[in-house]
Amino acid sequence: MGSYQIMTGNEACAKAAIACGMRFFAGYPITPATEISEICSELLPQVDGVFMQMEDELSSIGAVIGASCAGKKAMTATSGPGFSLMQENLGWAYINEIPCVIVDVMRKGPSGGSATLPAQADIMQTKWGTHGDHPNLVIMPNSVEEIYTETIRAFNLSEKYRQPVILLYDAILAHMSEKIYVPFLDEINVIDRPLPEGSKKDYLPFRYTDSKVQPLAPFGQGYHLHFSGLTHDETGFPISNQDLTGLQITLGHLMAKIDDEYDAHIKKYESYMLEDADIIVVSVGITSRSAKTAVRRARDMGIKAGLFRPITMWPFPHHDFSQINLVCKAVVTAEMNIGQLNQVVTEDIDRNQKLVMKNLYDGNPIRDVDILNSIIEANKYEQ
Amino acid sequence: MNNDIYTKYLALDKMPTMWCPGCGNGIVLQSILRAVDELNVDRDKVVFVSGIGCSSRAVNYLDFDCMHTNHGRAIAFATGLKMANPDLHVIVLTGDGDCASIGGNHLIHACRRNIDLTIICMNNSNYGMTGGQYSPTTPIGSQTKTSVYGSYEPPFDLCKLTESAGATYVARAATYYPLQMKELIRKALQHHGLSFVDCASDCPSLFGRLNRLGDAGQMMLRWKDRLVSIQKAQSLSEEELENKVVWGEFVNKDNRKEYCDIYAENIAKAKEAANG
Amino acid sequence: MRKIQINAHWCKGCGICVTLCPKGVLKLEQETVQVKNEEACIGCRQCEYHCPDFAIVIGEDENG
Repeated sequence: MGSYQIMTGNEACAKAAIACGMRFFAGYPITPATEISEICSELLPQVDGVFMQMEDELSSIGAVIGASCAGKKAMTATSGPGFSLMQENLGWAYINEIPCVIVDVMRKGPSGGSATLPAQADIMQTKWGTHGDHPNLVIMPNSVEEIYTETIRAFNLSEKYRQPVILLYDAILAHMSEKIYVPFLDEINVIDRPLPEGSKKDYLPFRYTDSKVQPLAPFGQGYHLHFSGLTHDETGFPISNQDLTGLQITLGHLMAKIDDEYDAHIKKYESYMLEDADIIVVSVGITSRSAKTAVRRARDMGIKAGLFRPITMWPFPHHDFSQINLVCKAVVTAEMNIGQLNQVVTEDIDRNQKLVMKNLYDGNPIRDVDILNSIIEANKYEQ
Repeated sequence: MNNDIYTKYLALDKMPTMWCPGCGNGIVLQSILRAVDELNVDRDKVVFVSGIGCSSRAVNYLDFDCMHTNHGRAIAFATGLKMANPDLHVIVLTGDGDCASIGGNHLIHACRRNIDLTIICMNNSNYGMTGGQYSPTTPIGSQTKTSVYGSYEPPFDLCKLTESAGATYVARAATYYPLQMKELIRKALQHHGLSFVDCASDCPSLFGRLNRLGDAGQMMLRWKDRLVSIQKAQSLSEEELENKVVWGEFVNKDNRKEYCDIYAENIAKAKEAANG
Repeated sequence: MRKIQINAHWCKGCGICVTLCPKGVLKLEQETVQVKNEEACIGCRQCEYHCPDFAIVIGEDENG
């Protein structure tokens, strides 16, 4: 049996990562993510782990990828400005299928923005931040306890699918304290990357014959691995620009390994009072908590409202959501940006369904009453 | 014999290299392979990490654990790799643009930490992969594709830079003296701490052509009068050293702790604090 | 006498070896280095160590 503890979101993130075996952290100080670095610097050396404060965010994620190639579970944490700097190296991790976890604690942007004010404006950046096509695994928890459990899930997905996973939450969740259940170590389901079996000479670091993920051998054990940022074949060596089929196969594999597993093992969302909902509120992260209260208050007023909350933000559960919203008359999106989630759900609703946008981007959290007003407004709509 | 070294260490199916005729990168790579061979270390523990550029393509021809990373970031990736597994011999293959321009910050911080990496810079004083633009080591007055009226930016002396930043082994070698290059690289590889070898090299098809320096052979001969050993340089005046390239071992000291060792001490302190 | 092995598939004909050889042993023909006068080779290996393409290997002296 574990214990109940009071901690902040950033503390939960750092502690959960170490609990599930993260032994390498590299980061650069940035508000509002810095506490993750601070806690890792204290706790990691106690368990023979490495904490490094790097010279910038480019090197932080670079070192994380290097450490992962040596076989360690590795993580970095940053906020928008630093996350922007990480994008190129993040692309390297995508194409080489290197497991690692990147925490982006969102603050108001763009640019330096307002360092201590929360926002949810990096949702699209986590999907399209690095150049080129690539798969995404992005998780958006909405409480300190969920930060703890979802950090562990982030590592599990990352190790299982050989893929960077982004944990995305905002400055409020990072700094708020809540009572959470901290599980005992043997209660945690931990997935470690599978190691290759069989002859080292015949081992290929990539497999494109099907959508399965090839086990990842660590450096230094005689496999003579080759990783390159260039488009590569199954050996890891770059392929010729004339080999158009090869280029297609590499990208096809990257997408398929996530797509094929999505429904069974990756998709995750919360449905609240959706069975008979006329109005569906779609919201993520901290805002989804106000949204839930707003839904409850709307129900008290006799409005059939419900909440749809993606926890795995990317890939977005388009298929499920388009089924769930079939009979509702309106969808309300609530988010702390100019309408990123709103743009996503547009794809899934019908022309005769109303889409109401409740957004705020002044650095304040969205209050339940504001979302409630949007629900009331949406409810006036006649189909 | 070199034949054995080539068969043993080159990814033979990737040969010949994509480098232009006369490119100095191959001479540096050959010296590296001979130095590694003399070390008598477990080759499975040797990892090459490179960035982007002609120099960094070297890993494409190696039968070792290799990482061909992003432009300027080789040292960052190598730092994480080394810290995650200090048993590895991590060798960074880089160029003047890769390590001194876009990756300059990582270079000086790796030197400051004195982490046990060997950084080998194939310095051909221009950006070859993109077609011959000026780099942070291009001599003033040189013709490049982005300095058509002559390069006007003062260049870095990478040996002075890395020495000031804290590297504990610093040397300059030249492709004109390949045996001495091999020796300096071997000593760099054996050094415990950050070692940096600046390899003065040629890019005949771009820098050479744009500056009318003749063919690869003539460019190679140009080094004869330009290279001055560190011993000889001591007796020369500043005027006499103008336009000369001083080569040899500039720094070889063990007066600073190596970073992995420092971190091991940090682990001991942390455990003591946790248990105390 | 030394045995000079040229790997014609790897040689790009840059000519560094021809320029550096002190005895005029090598020549360029159709952009590939050829051995013109193997008897004159003194085994200094300047061509081998300076070859950017790993294309020249000088064998051991047969007379020991």
